[in-house]
Amino acid sequence: MTILFSLGIVRGIIWGLASGGVAAGIVMAIRSGLGLPMWSPGPVTGVAALVGTLGFLTGLGAFNYWLEWALGRQKEEHHADQPRWRRYFGFDTNHKTIAIQYMVTSFLVIVVAGIYQLIDRLEVSAPGMQYISPGTYNSLMSLHGIMMLGAVLLGVSGMINYLVPLMIGARDMAFPHLNALSYWVTPPAVLLLLVSLPAGGFDTGWTAYPPLSARAPLGMQFMLLAFYLVGWSSILGSINFLTTIFKMRAPGMGLFRMPIFVWTALSTAILQLIFTQFIAMAFLMVLLERLLGLVFFAPDKGGNVILFQHLFWFYSHPAVYIFVLPGLGVISEVLPVFARKPLFGYAAVALSSLGIAGGGAVVWGHHMFAAGIEDVLRVPFMITTLLVAVPTGVKIFSWLATLWMGKIRLDTPLLFALTAIVVFLVGGITGVPNGIVPTDLHIHDTYWVVAHFHHTLFGGFVFPTMAAVYFWFPKLTGRFLNERVGKLHWAVMTVGFFITYLPMFWLGLNGMRRRIADYDPTLGLGPMNMVATIGGFLIALAMLLFFINLVVSLWRGAPAPANPWRSQTLEWQLSSPPPDENFSAPPRVVGPPYGYGTPGSIHAVVAPAGGTANKGA
Amino acid sequence: MKHVSILALLIALVSTGLVVVFQNAHLTPTVAATQALAVDDLFKLEFSIAAVILSICLVTLVYSIIVFRRRADDEGDGPPIHGHTFLEAIWTLIPLAIVVALAIYGALVLADITRAASSQPELEVKVSASQWSWRFEYPQYGIATSQLELPVNGPVVFKLHGTDVIHSFWVPEWRIKMDAVPGMETVLRITPTKVGKYKLLCAELCGLGHAFMEAPVAVVEEADFLNWVKAQPK
Ligand SMILES: [Cu+2]
Ligand SMILES: [Cu+2]
Repeated sequence: MTILFSLGIVRGIIWGLASGGVAAGIVMAIRSGLGLPMWSPGPVTGVAALVGTLGFLTGLGAFNYWLEWALGRQKEEHHADQPRWRRYFGFDTNHKTIAIQYMVTSFLVIVVAGIYQLIDRLEVSAPGMQYISPGTYNSLMSLHGIMMLGAVLLGVSGMINYLVPLMIGARDMAFPHLNALSYWVTPPAVLLLLVSLPAGGFDTGWTAYPPLSARAPLGMQFMLLAFYLVGWSSILGSINFLTTIFKMRAPGMGLFRMPIFVWTALSTAILQLIFTQFIAMAFLMVLLERLLGLVFFAPDKGGNVILFQHLFWFYSHPAVYIFVLPGLGVISEVLPVFARKPLFGYAAVALSSLGIAGGGAVVWGHHMFAAGIEDVLRVPFMITTLLVAVPTGVKIFSWLATLWMGKIRLDTPLLFALTAIVVFLVGGITGVPNGIVPTDLHIHDTYWVVAHFHHTLFGGFVFPTMAAVYFWFPKLTGRFLNERVGKLHWAVMTVGFFITYLPMFWLGLNGMRRRIADYDPTLGLGPMNMVATIGGFLIALAMLLFFINLVVSLWRGAPAPANPWRSQTLEWQLSSPPPDENFSAPPRVVGPPYGYGTPGSIHAVVAPAGGTANKGA
Repeated sequence: MKHVSILALLIALVSTGLVVVFQNAHLTPTVAATQALAVDDLFKLEFSIAAVILSICLVTLVYSIIVFRRRADDEGDGPPIHGHTFLEAIWTLIPLAIVVALAIYGALVLADITRAASSQPELEVKVSASQWSWRFEYPQYGIATSQLELPVNGPVVFKLHGTDVIHSFWVPEWRIKMDAVPGMETVLRITPTKVGKYKLLCAELCGLGHAFMEAPVAVVEEADFLNWVKAQPK
């Protein structure tokens, strides 16, 4: 029992429940004091959720370091003596621990959100309502969207957290305590999302457009609060990433010697820092409209419906690049290693990330071509949107040129990276008709869009993440994932993906609207929907293979050496798994990150454990 | 150079094939409005460009992994090619030219499909979208109905608004859609060109009944339309 109570997460949950309960009691007391009915689900649960989150963090010990500091009692931290597994269940400040916490949380959310959508996919595999009600359909679809996006944000933070300090030769993130806090606000957010369904769900999709979201069931409020917390995590995380990248690079690591993944992390962090506040604000405004009756969007009281969409997409389009840029960075890391060639056009690929981020910041209006925005706005947004294709093209062409004349090894990480390239390419190309106003007016809000953005997210996040896991798992654990299961996983997932999403392009063109629980049997959309459902279950099967591979390999995978893929970047010059403090002394960076093919080219000199990189320098 | 020539030939073959397929496969529904014709021409151009780009990338990728695959005993590296300024300039500038051209063409088509017809007076239909039904008002005739009836080849201007939440007006055979937004009026212009029965679908998620928010649409000869108007209660 004492062991259980000494775990940070257990203390956090107890504190969270207790403080949430007290807060609910106080709100109810105040309400009855004001002569209002004591129980009103919105205000009571809303305050309880926020206070409970703070209580959870306090019980966990998230604020201890700052409290001690404020009280003038700074103390040395000692956690090296605890058994390894325990650190994952408490407020641990090591970036590698936090990365794994992020990734595991991300995968758990993906499983839940995936199951939600499998149920919905089953429902629409044929016309007619067969298994669930339209309300359940809408809630599952909406939660699938917002939970998957949350999972992607968590996954991205996980990858950046693990790789960036190692790749730039740093011992940890710039602000380790802030880093742990960024992670630990997300479990309460996940809990709120899980509670949303029993609290009535909501029927607005993840986009939460008012006036619909202002009148949606209580589940809506949980979703808005949850994403508000995830927003905090994003902003705090991005401050950390930016400071780390600018201030913690090893000697010799000029910006143009950074691995491409670090460039994509940099671009991602800039977007997160600038834009997250807008969705937080938009969601907060809906919350205030729901809870306090303030008027921002309600048209009958002088509010503006379109305003929300501007605020929402001002974040949510750049967010797409937050989701995919690190994945594109992973592709750029994996290709040179398995093609045994330098990344083609390194500088262009590095800068293209910033180009995509900058361009992507001014395209949000393309989601609103049919929304009733001013006519004069539609053409400029069309132009900016299409221009983003240029830096994206630079990436894809450079990847292909990297493969050209290489000595290609088709190991699982590369297989996933190749699928990612093809899928992302199709996602990019099919975005063009969405970017051009007249054709968008046909396919907007149809399955075309569903197919398009699932291509960009699978191509920019899911498949690259799989490549990343197969690539870096040996580094994280000292063991290989099983290569045969890996190839099977790759094959099933690739086939399943195309079976699911290619039919959706046709469906969208031919009248299949988004977010419908049912469709007219006379439209002839049934067969293609059935195909898509079969594909969806293949993807689920592939994920099952993946998780089995993860668990079994963790336990009895073949032992991996420090640098099994003969990569030149810094993380591979350390033991597998890396030591707690990463580098015993700052490494010295002496060359480009992908110097393959040039005899004697090395990226960095790393001191052996306990030594120094360069005595006397 | 041998590789480049083979690759160029393969790309030419595959992209020609794909363009032919995309042009001849009936990917969009029936064309039943002048606006739909303009939109479909644009679709066809976009699909052809997509086919060419897709072919360039896919053929290069597949060619590379087949031809440049490492032999089992080869632990060496490939050639240290770090980049090629001319090639990089090409694949920046050509896509730039393509997207600028597409944007201009797209803007012209947009102007075309949103312009009011000058030759004929427009039939005005006020559309109210509510959870979860459609209502159509014909101010020129003083009638209001729950089904949409229109004369063929006559330009129509729809003035849309939502009474509660956002909805969206979409007849796939006419292609272009427009949201019906509470608190404001949006405009959509359609000239139906084909007699027949269609379905108006709500394309913006509007709650529980969204999937079922349809209305029947009939495009009829001018005389039939006038008869239908007379038969409606004032
Ligand atoms: Cu967007
Ligand atoms: Cu609707």
